[in-house]
Amino acid sequence: MPPWNDMPPAGAPPVLDLRIAGKTYPGASGQPVTVVRDLAFTVGPRESVALVGPSGCGKTTSLNIVAGLDSRFDGSLSFPALGGREPHIACVFQEPRLLPWRTLEQNLELVLPKPRRGTGIAAHWLAHMGLAEAAQRFPTQVSLGMQRRAALARAFAVEPDLLLLDEPFVSLDGPLARRLRRLLLDTLAERPCAALLVTHDLREAIELADRILILSPSPTRVVAEVTVPGRREDRTERDVEAFRQDLVSRPEPVFRLIA
Amino acid sequence: MKGMDRRPWTALSILALLGIWAAAAAIAASPTLPGPLAVGEALVAEAANGKLFYHLGLTLWRVAASFALAMSIGVALGILMGRFRTADDILGPWLVLTLNVPALVVVVLAYVWLGLTEAAAIAAVAVNKIPNVVVQVRSGARSLDEGLMDMARAYRLSRYDTLRHVVLPQLAPYMMAAARNGLALIWKIVLLVELLGRSNGVGFQIHMFFQLFDIARLLAYTFAFVAVAQLLELALLAPVERHAARWRTARP
Repeated sequence: MPPWNDMPPAGAPPVLDLRIAGKTYPGASGQPVTVVRDLAFTVGPRESVALVGPSGCGKTTSLNIVAGLDSRFDGSLSFPALGGREPHIACVFQEPRLLPWRTLEQNLELVLPKPRRGTGIAAHWLAHMGLAEAAQRFPTQVSLGMQRRAALARAFAVEPDLLLLDEPFVSLDGPLARRLRRLLLDTLAERPCAALLVTHDLREAIELADRILILSPSPTRVVAEVTVPGRREDRTERDVEAFRQDLVSRPEPVFRLIA
Repeated sequence: MKGMDRRPWTALSILALLGIWAAAAAIAASPTLPGPLAVGEALVAEAANGKLFYHLGLTLWRVAASFALAMSIGVALGILMGRFRTADDILGPWLVLTLNVPALVVVVLAYVWLGLTEAAAIAAVAVNKIPNVVVQVRSGARSLDEGLMDMARAYRLSRYDTLRHVVLPQLAPYMMAAARNGLALIWKIVLLVELLGRSNGVGFQIHMFFQLFDIARLLAYTFAFVAVAQLLELALLAPVERHAARWRTARP
């Protein structure tokens, strides 16, 4: 068993420590609307955490706060495991969000820090995702599945401390989404990092995460926490389905949120 | 009719224009309406003594300088006003004012305040053009893809990289439109500033030939000027536009 599959030592500082006391948006009537209240969680080294909840529950809002896209909230965001260093954060969005006027390789080069550009890192990660042939193509010239893989390649190219995934495989057909999830798991096993996933698909959460946080409808907070048994890359489709059945049939009312 | 060569029609149209012009000149038989041949002779004579190229060259330099100035300031202000609400609020009234001040007034004031200098001439042309560039680029900057902007911020792209790789490619069609309209406008205003306050350039020459009533030479300069403007469009703007749009036209 490769060493990185060992669980990190207990008590190691988490990569991400997020505490949102409150996050409000200006409402239609001028009255501020609270979308997140007392949402706090951590993501440990090499741990994959999924946020699951009904749509519109502030999952993406929380992810944007972690990504540094939104700093207007009450609370704190810190990266204790990094010892004060700026975190390398990679994002995989709901859409691939590649620059259509740059080739796939240029899209990857662009997110690298200056000294690491032109060193073959972009080509390496494209090849890793099976896109060696398409490196010089523009995003509009390749399929949506290939664009998603390029978005994954881009995320790993920055050597992330924390990988953020916002419903990364939404709008793909079942088999393709499954293949891409498998590709993501294999890549995470080779090049481990902390991951935070937002999804409304419980099956996807079980497949990709070590720990699932179930969120309430707005104002969002964590209402239940579930640890998924076994190693991520060992879970078969049947394991995933069995665990899903187990979760949704639990008697506590919170599990009805995700059924 | 698809796939047919359309060029014969274009050639025919140009020939027809020349024919009508020649016929009109023959009927009028007046020095105020010289025929194509007389204008052609005047063109050759002015080219041979070098004056045509001297004046065209000076006009071209003024066009280039004021175009570069107007585009760089206009694009910068357009992005600023399109992205930042406060900048838009502050600069908005200025924009409305400058959009509506007649070109002639700007030129006269520039000469009065800055003197009859090259700098005044170029500044006056640029000031006339800047508001149009701002309006075009601002509307582009307002409709930037927020998803890509979030991507740029999430991956901590530098300001320079964001501008060069994320913002400017999206503004390219707006900037091309501004450049195209701009060039047409700037040509005309450059002639005006030359007429009012310079002692060389195509505008100055046309003014002089007007006073001498030498319509053949006046038209000779006009056609040379139109030809250069068209050449610039074909040789400069069109290739730049193709380059900027190559990702759109690329096929698997």
